[in-house]
Amino acid sequence: MPGVRKTNGLPLPHLAKTPTGIRGLDEITGGGLPKGRPTLVTGGAGCGKTLFSMEFLLRGAMEFHEPGLFVSFEEQERELLENVASLGFNVNQLVKRKRLAIEFVRAEHSEIHETGDYDLEGLFIRLGHAIDRIKAKRVVLDTIEALFSALPNQAILRAELRRLFRWLKDRGVTAIVTAERGGGMLTRHGLEEYVSDCVILLDHRVIDQMSTRRLRVVKYRGSAHGTNEYPFLIDETGFSVMPVTSLTLDHEAPTKRMSTGIAPLDAMLGGQGLFRGSSILISGTPGSGKSSISAHLIDAACARGERCLYFPFEESQQQILRNMRSIGLDLSQWVERGLLRYHAARPHLRGLEMHLATIHRQIADFQPRTVVLDPVSNLMDIGTAAETKAMLTRLIDFLKSHEITTVFTSLTSETDNPETTEVGISSLMDTWLLVRNLEYNGERTRGLYILKSRGMAHSHQIREFTLTDHGAKLRDVYTGPAGVLMGTARTLQEARDLVERGSRHNELTRRQRELESKRQAMEAQIVALRAAYDAEAVELETVIDERRQAETIFDQQRESLELLRDGATGNGSGNTRKGVGHERLRQQSRARNERKERPRGEAR
Amino acid sequence: MPAKSPNKTAEFERALAEPDTQLYVLRLCISGMTPRSREAIINIKQICETHLQGQYELEVIDLYQQPALAAKYEILGTPTLLKTLPAPVRRLIGDLSDTTKTLRRLGVAVKMNNA
Repeated sequence: MPGVRKTNGLPLPHLAKTPTGIRGLDEITGGGLPKGRPTLVTGGAGCGKTLFSMEFLLRGAMEFHEPGLFVSFEEQERELLENVASLGFNVNQLVKRKRLAIEFVRAEHSEIHETGDYDLEGLFIRLGHAIDRIKAKRVVLDTIEALFSALPNQAILRAELRRLFRWLKDRGVTAIVTAERGGGMLTRHGLEEYVSDCVILLDHRVIDQMSTRRLRVVKYRGSAHGTNEYPFLIDETGFSVMPVTSLTLDHEAPTKRMSTGIAPLDAMLGGQGLFRGSSILISGTPGSGKSSISAHLIDAACARGERCLYFPFEESQQQILRNMRSIGLDLSQWVERGLLRYHAARPHLRGLEMHLATIHRQIADFQPRTVVLDPVSNLMDIGTAAETKAMLTRLIDFLKSHEITTVFTSLTSETDNPETTEVGISSLMDTWLLVRNLEYNGERTRGLYILKSRGMAHSHQIREFTLTDHGAKLRDVYTGPAGVLMGTARTLQEARDLVERGSRHNELTRRQRELESKRQAMEAQIVALRAAYDAEAVELETVIDERRQAETIFDQQRESLELLRDGATGNGSGNTRKGVGHERLRQQSRARNERKERPRGEAR
Repeated sequence: MPAKSPNKTAEFERALAEPDTQLYVLRLCISGMTPRSREAIINIKQICETHLQGQYELEVIDLYQQPALAAKYEILGTPTLLKTLPAPVRRLIGDLSDTTKTLRRLGVAVKMNNA
């Protein structure tokens, strides 16, 4: 049928993989090494080839129930067991339970003499026998290149090696073949030409006197794989590779908030503190209290029962505990309860990648909710700014994907402006606190402010940051007519303000009293006036009364007079007479009144 | 003791002059009856009959029959001829077609030259 591709009814072949159990490697290779095929592990001397392959077997035996055979061409069984015992595996028991077998193949040049044509069938028989004995699924040949120095006839050896790898494939065992790197090639004797399914390169290089172990999957036939160089770590618990360059930006963004342990700072951060799983940069000049802020943060976290991991790059654990006790923080109780762990290491102890690897390992081990790196600026010393940024990017990416809150402190120079010097790493941070020493009036004070805090309405104010016996305190700075003041200057200014306010207050009360007294004076006057008025009014009313009565009497008398005169009065002369008559009448009526009043007064 | 040293020298000279009557213990490890194995067996038999008549023990081991012995004798290539006696132990890899080399490695070459 046109347009239809036929696959003969068979599913597309899928490359089966054998998980190594080595932390990180299975992520890089997308599931492990090619199942049933040999893998070449190559690298220089001391880069961890033997350990790598041994861990492959041990993890296989313990975690995946696949017995393993270790064929050693260099080290005796006893030596090997001793080396691996330091990794904390109970190898002897695995050997007893037939989960692991170690076959030492002695290949000494001085003992081998060629007398004609031969093949390596003897080795095949040995391997086959050892594989059958424990039903091994995993085989390690470490390092098969020893044969090159033992057997003089290279032509036979090469032909036999090709046959060996074919044979291993036919047996269906997943094999690791180790080889020494050299001569500008992956392996000194060109083994990569026989083992072509998967090639892993281990590297141990020293840059700027700093050693870094790196792993790279050079080739993985039939499978996608991480192509970068990945740092790896060998420590007391084995091998671990960090697939840290997964720079996908798809981590969850938690909306939960957490307290910084300093209530006023929480208030500055939108009232609820930091976002969980965010990255916080605290930068400041020396002695500005960066570590103290972080200590508050972890103290609060531990008090909530969350685990914290602290990476100091300058101080020892004891020193930090002692110093924090001086500001009233007892962090040792959290250490005792297993909530807080310190992992102190000098930055120069190892390279950046190794630091990253160690941090990864510690985090995977301790499962903290909060991680502090103090100070991260010291890491800049051991790498360039770009390298440090790359490392921090990977670290933050890793931490965010695990929803771990991270606090970085950064030491900034007194003269440089931190906002420009740290522009590199600051863009990776969600919240940036800046503590600055402010010099004013012959003293230093600390001012704290939030440069940025993504996703929240944060304060833009500078707060004065002080360290007391009871922890860090934040105070509002003095912003008054005299400018922005802190420290004693602020206290002085506040006192001055207080005095001024006092005198202003006094002035006011004085004025108020004055007003009161004026009002009282006025009211007194009003009272006096009213009294006088009253008195006068009474007098006047009396007079008015008298006048009215007199008028009445006068009218009556005039009427009676008119009656008496019988209407014979003239108009001209009548007036004067009338006036005289009036006067007379008034006197009469007053006398009558006096007579009237007299008996009343006597009666009283 | 100065008196002893001429004695020792004499002893050494005597031992050197003596015909080699030591017993040779040989083991030939092969991997199945391949043409190469057959070749090796023929070669070693010929060498032994020619140079070590009556003073050798030869054991032919097929490692496919007894795979555990491969590890025991630390066999790498096949065929391998192991000489356990006389000391030192020697390990000869190959089909023994190089007779001169084989005899020299087995320590019988000197005698052949003398004869």
